[in-house]
Amino acid sequence: MQQTHIDVGAILEAAYQPVYNDLVTRATGRAVRSGIEARLPQRAAATLTVIDFSRVGLIDFSCADEIVATLVRRACSDTVGYEGCFLFDGISDDHLDAIEQVLERDRLALVVRTIGPGAHRLVGVVDPLERQIWETIVRERLQETAAVAAALAIAVEVVEVAVAALVQRRLLVQDGPLIRPPFGAAA
Amino acid sequence: MSAVITIPDDLTESSFEQVITQAAAHPLDAKLILDARHTTFGTPYGLASLLCVAQSRATRPTLLVPETERTLSYWHRADFFTYASELFELSGRIPTGRTGQSNDVWLPMTAIAGSEDVHRVVGSIQERSEAILGQQLQADVRMIGRFAMTLSEACQNIVEHAGRGGWVMVQTYTWRSLARRVVQIAVCDAGVGFAASLAPAHARRFGDRWSDARALEASVIQGQSRFPDPGRGQGFAGIRRFLGTWDGKLAVRSGTARIAIVPSWDSDVPLREGLSSFPGAQVSIIIPGRAA
Repeated sequence: MQQTHIDVGAILEAAYQPVYNDLVTRATGRAVRSGIEARLPQRAAATLTVIDFSRVGLIDFSCADEIVATLVRRACSDTVGYEGCFLFDGISDDHLDAIEQVLERDRLALVVRTIGPGAHRLVGVVDPLERQIWETIVRERLQETAAVAAALAIAVEVVEVAVAALVQRRLLVQDGPLIRPPFGAAA
Repeated sequence: MSAVITIPDDLTESSFEQVITQAAAHPLDAKLILDARHTTFGTPYGLASLLCVAQSRATRPTLLVPETERTLSYWHRADFFTYASELFELSGRIPTGRTGQSNDVWLPMTAIAGSEDVHRVVGSIQERSEAILGQQLQADVRMIGRFAMTLSEACQNIVEHAGRGGWVMVQTYTWRSLARRVVQIAVCDAGVGFAASLAPAHARRFGDRWSDARALEASVIQGQSRFPDPGRGQGFAGIRRFLGTWDGKLAVRSGTARIAIVPSWDSDVPLREGLSSFPGAQVSIIIPGRAA
């Protein structure tokens, strides 16, 4: 899977003089999102873009909405011509405070890797069965819907519907007959 | 003809209504003399709103500054006179020397007009947050990030909606009835106010019922925005969420109405209508600490 790394801190540094490391205000959010969208690979399926917040201090609600929610919304509605998945990396507890609120409000979801232990998590609004299927795929490293169905003792058709929804929301990658989470082979 | 406006001895959010009521009785071009000679205490909200009085007048008012040395010194350290000197004709002895460098002033009076001002304020507040939240308020220092987010969203209210600049100030002081240290964030402007800002998007469906109170309810309680984009209106929703976890208080005054999210320790009124008219929006956020 092709992978692109976008350092949000670097985009913020380039956008403002003097340099700030906090993502605050909607104007800043718009500028940074434009910078991210300009770096997204175009029309390439099975692509993973890692959006790295590890050098960002604070993110407020307005920036979380502009950068995270709007970016995901635009990608899922094919407004920006990006067909791959996102992994939001380097996410702190403070970042999550703002991000979870905007995801909840817009009923969006995304995959994050938190700082520290670096665990991958699905955050935001997801149907409980879809969440269970996503977590099973990650935990068991399963790549086929039949294997997921067997692991959860549910009908494969149910898993296929849920997986299709997760792929459409860019929370899973569909690579031919195989499925995988939007990060490396290991969780 | 000049009109004398008496500034209360304790200049707080509550007592500032007396100032508004007195000022509203005189046309905008009338010369006002604001008499603060006997004022001995001023909260961030009181001081920032005092600047808004001058900002809203067509004729430059006069301010008779406090006579009490301690009060005068505090207003100076809080950088109040930096802005007051641009808006008022000041009468009395104005201290000189360094401002804004004091243990009891967390964020001195600071002008907010654009996005970069918000960046500066958020950066500045975080530098001293740990010491003030931890030592003065005995609050959980893990709230620093959330506190800065709250401040950022409150300041953006000016940038996004006021149509002109305003001020922010942050200070800790003892809330007498609570007998605890609190921190107050005051963000005040004399701009267009909530009703005018939200009217193009929301007034039609309310018809004759559109008012300052309905605009405040739409924005502060329902999280609605003047913009059609999904995701707008996050600011007050986020502020209310954090204040809920801190048992904090939010009050927003605009035009002739005032709305408040009232915690259990306070007995304020959630919604007041029919107040004396005052332009813009004045926001007060109070977060209690654990320290007495």
